[in-house]
Amino acid sequence: MEMYILLGFVLLLSIFLGLELISKVPSTLHTPLMSGANAISGIALVGALMLSSAGQMQDILAFGAILFASINVFGGYLVTNRMLSMFKKK
Amino acid sequence: MENITNIQVIQNIVYIVSSVMFILGIKMLGKEATAVKGNYLSALAMFSAVGVTCLSLEIDLKIILAGILFGGLIGSIIALKVKMTAIPEMVALFNGFGGLATFLIAWSSFNEPSNSVFQHVLIMLTIYIGGITFSGSLIAYGKLSEKLKLGKGSIITNIFISFFYLSMPALIYVIAEPSISQFVPQVPSYFLIFLGITLIAGIGFVMPIGGGDMPVVISLLNSLSGIAAAFAGLLLLNNVLIVAGSLVGASGLILTIIMAKAMNRTITNILFVGYASSAQSGAAEEQGEVKPITADDAYLILENASSVLVVPGYGMAVAQAQHVVREMGELLEENGTEVKYGIHPVAGRMPGHMNVLLAEANVSYDLLAEPDDVNPSMDTIDVAIVIGANDVVNPSATEEEGSPIYGMPIIEVHNAKTVFVLKRSMSSGFAGVQNPLFFKENTRMLFGDAKESIGQIVAEFKD
Repeated sequence: MEMYILLGFVLLLSIFLGLELISKVPSTLHTPLMSGANAISGIALVGALMLSSAGQMQDILAFGAILFASINVFGGYLVTNRMLSMFKKK
Repeated sequence: MENITNIQVIQNIVYIVSSVMFILGIKMLGKEATAVKGNYLSALAMFSAVGVTCLSLEIDLKIILAGILFGGLIGSIIALKVKMTAIPEMVALFNGFGGLATFLIAWSSFNEPSNSVFQHVLIMLTIYIGGITFSGSLIAYGKLSEKLKLGKGSIITNIFISFFYLSMPALIYVIAEPSISQFVPQVPSYFLIFLGITLIAGIGFVMPIGGGDMPVVISLLNSLSGIAAAFAGLLLLNNVLIVAGSLVGASGLILTIIMAKAMNRTITNILFVGYASSAQSGAAEEQGEVKPITADDAYLILENASSVLVVPGYGMAVAQAQHVVREMGELLEENGTEVKYGIHPVAGRMPGHMNVLLAEANVSYDLLAEPDDVNPSMDTIDVAIVIGANDVVNPSATEEEGSPIYGMPIIEVHNAKTVFVLKRSMSSGFAGVQNPLFFKENTRMLFGDAKESIGQIVAEFKD
């Protein structure tokens, strides 16, 4: 239980930190920020890798989680990078 | 035993380093000069966190390799092949997959024996948020790619909406199930039913929301996918999941608030009320004569203008007119005209949509201005060219109290000396509100496809 309280603390602090970090973003970067944040939400991949394997059902669920999180991670970072490379100042 | 603890120590240290890199990465992503590096840094953080997790695995390595390789390949192909105009739906799709991953993680955790009460609560919350993110994002994808036309008011939509409301008591039931199972009759396989309700609820959540409100919905779904990941982190006792998920949740929340403010509406109004119910009061009958203009005449006026402001909207994206717009801008500049682009935060279908399109067409980003930058000096602008934008330039927002969009910050093009409005027809914008701009003394309507109209002007310039 103490563990949960501690991690809950981490959760709250991170949210506040996030709100502070990105409160003033120029509108040019709204899409890249969203897409970049979207790629970060692919961190679920780490969670998927931590799943345990017990039987076929669990393997299928783990495979699905890894597959979709990987699409999110690779697709998210690449699309963000592609977008940012277009933003140029002449 | 000692070996295992050592690995855990290493993993936790790397997780902390990754968390710091995520924090710095997202901070750098918010500034023009450092955005590219920020994205690389956050990718490096992801790589380290994933890599170090692989030091201790229970799942068969084949499954992992297959999942990552296959998923990575699909994601990369989509990301590299997709047209820049299809970015909004692409972001929605990727976002949905992230939500689905957390949904499956929580499902898998549910199948584990002996979950504590607290874990049970977390599993249900993660499934709920992850599931709604997944199916909601798919619907957003369908709406943005114009494959899904169903909207508010149809019977099918209403059925899905009722599932959304049903899902809330269902969530409370499944959370309480272990504690109340002795007192109430048990519902067999209640968990699977809950999975289904959650997915249908996500459809009902997004389906009634109209296209013009999509910037808000996408930001919100983005935020939810982060929160789902953070909950999954609590469930698996993993700190990097919590930190990264919370950062995404926070950034999505900020964008959601920025978008809602740009429409002068509350988030609940956007999600659950929509324009349709409030629009009746507004549509005031003040028609009048519109003054059409041909591309030839438009060219003659533009040739003599010394300052031009281009205000693009969703119509520019639909017509794929961004390249000819850039060409026209360059020709005007060669002609000695000062050209700026006025970008409204909610123009288009996602936050920053117009910025991405114009960047794709190679428009330098220091030419892009926000409403607050251009409005004060609007009366010095000779010609404002509105391309497929409607509600974001509707003067009712400042002049007509009682209009549904009254109070929404707009780009006040009606204060410019001349306004060209490029439009297919006289239909009203997303909000369903008549736009008095079209009937103003200084407004000229250039009807037709925006790409063709501007193409004609460009051709005239070249002659």
